[in-house]
Amino acid sequence: MAKYLLLKHYRGAPAAVNDVPMDQWTPEEVSAHLRYMQDFAVRLEGTGEFVDGQALSPEGTFVRYDGEGRPPVTDGPFAETKDLIAGWMVIDVESYERALELAGELSAAPGAGGKPIHEWLEVRPFMAEPPTVTE
Amino acid sequence: MNESLLRELVPAVIGVLVRRGADFAAAEDAVQDALVEAVRVWPEDPPRDPKGWLVTVAWRKFLDAARADVSRRHREARVEDEPAPGPAGAVDDTLQLYFLCAHPSLTPASAVALTLRAVGGLTTRQIAQAYLVPEATMAQRISRAKRTVSGVRLDRPGDVATVLRVLYLVFNEGYSGDVDLAAEAIRLTRRLAARIDHEEVAGLLALMLLHHARRPARTGPDGRLVPLAEQDRGLWDTRLIAEGVEVLQAALGRDRLGEFQAQAAVAALHADAPTAEETDWVQIVEWYDELVRLTGSPVARLNRAVAVGEADGPRAGLAALAGLDPALPRHTAVTAYLRERDGDLATAARLYAEAARSAPSLPERDHLTRQAARLNARLRG
Repeated sequence: MAKYLLLKHYRGAPAAVNDVPMDQWTPEEVSAHLRYMQDFAVRLEGTGEFVDGQALSPEGTFVRYDGEGRPPVTDGPFAETKDLIAGWMVIDVESYERALELAGELSAAPGAGGKPIHEWLEVRPFMAEPPTVTE
Repeated sequence: MNESLLRELVPAVIGVLVRRGADFAAAEDAVQDALVEAVRVWPEDPPRDPKGWLVTVAWRKFLDAARADVSRRHREARVEDEPAPGPAGAVDDTLQLYFLCAHPSLTPASAVALTLRAVGGLTTRQIAQAYLVPEATMAQRISRAKRTVSGVRLDRPGDVATVLRVLYLVFNEGYSGDVDLAAEAIRLTRRLAARIDHEEVAGLLALMLLHHARRPARTGPDGRLVPLAEQDRGLWDTRLIAEGVEVLQAALGRDRLGEFQAQAAVAALHADAPTAEETDWVQIVEWYDELVRLTGSPVARLNRAVAVGEADGPRAGLAALAGLDPALPRHTAVTAYLRERDGDLATAARLYAEAARSAPSLPERDHLTRQAARLNARLRG
């Protein structure tokens, strides 16, 4: 088994096919979307493939060390930041192909007009443990 | 309470319930429930007959579940009184469980989880922790696996190769959590080897023992990966090596070579070398030739190229890489190593850095990054 992170971007991914901002949807469409996401997670738990899922607030701050005895410097948020993560799901699956299949299904979540969003999701493999047998 | 004793008993208790008429899935659930109760009760009140206790409690759990099930469906109970144990039968319950839990209809991950629970006697929580997934997810994975094999009859032996594949996965691909999966794989393989006389079971056991023997030397104090050539061989467990070599020799004596015996033979030759320089690479190449012949595996061919590089020089090793897909995991790292041995430090440094970027694990990435950094420092200096 291998773990993959499915990343959903507020910004930074190529434009979705059905690219209408969520606040322009009808309330029913919003509910249908959220239900789809929830059902998806429940279904993956049922198949024994779900590990974790979280959503992130779009508000973020950059922080860095500013030298001995000084508080860290904060900056941002930067409007020009190219990449903004909206949330993630971690899955534990048999193969890379299965990870792609599931990401495809997640990307089919309904949006405006009840039509699939065709949103671009990013699939990133986790680092595994090194194998015991190496030669 | 002796947890390993408790876990040893699990397959036999499942076997008793199955012989009394419970189906495998229900029996396995009932024994798991009894196990959880044993963990709770035994420390205060240890039973005189642990197996008898487990059978009694598991059978009661099974009856409770069956009754609940029956009353839900408004039917007459099929099972009421405790029946006399059925005939002992010629088949070994534990052995049958190994085959069932590794059934070819299961995905590898499901087979691993089911084997650890029904044969290994681990709780769902322990298995979930060992594979870093939530307990609910692991519970579902196990119950799906049980549904998948629910129609399988336990009356004839399966293919031992599928069982070995599962045990190898447990040994080789786990996380380093609270449950020592490598030790667990060795325990389960030992028990299998005690029940079935098969040269590849012995081969796998030898392979595990010989690799486990090196474990204390494989990582440095800061957790970094120590390559075989740099390991402190004084840290190798000589008792495990001696046992591994003995098991392997007995297996090889039967003259039915298989992939695990060939891999164990390679590990035995490494174990036999007092220093890395004294390694018998020529013989190791011969064993890789066998392994390639037996499996055709590209990974075996990649490892063979490393051995050829040691036996006949880096040019020969690079030539042995010909025809292998460069996208193969660790191909770039191997090429980098052979380039360095051949004196082409600039190419080696570049390839080490490239290999680090695609490394499948953190310790490997860190190791490869250090190799690149070491060569780049030399090139600057």
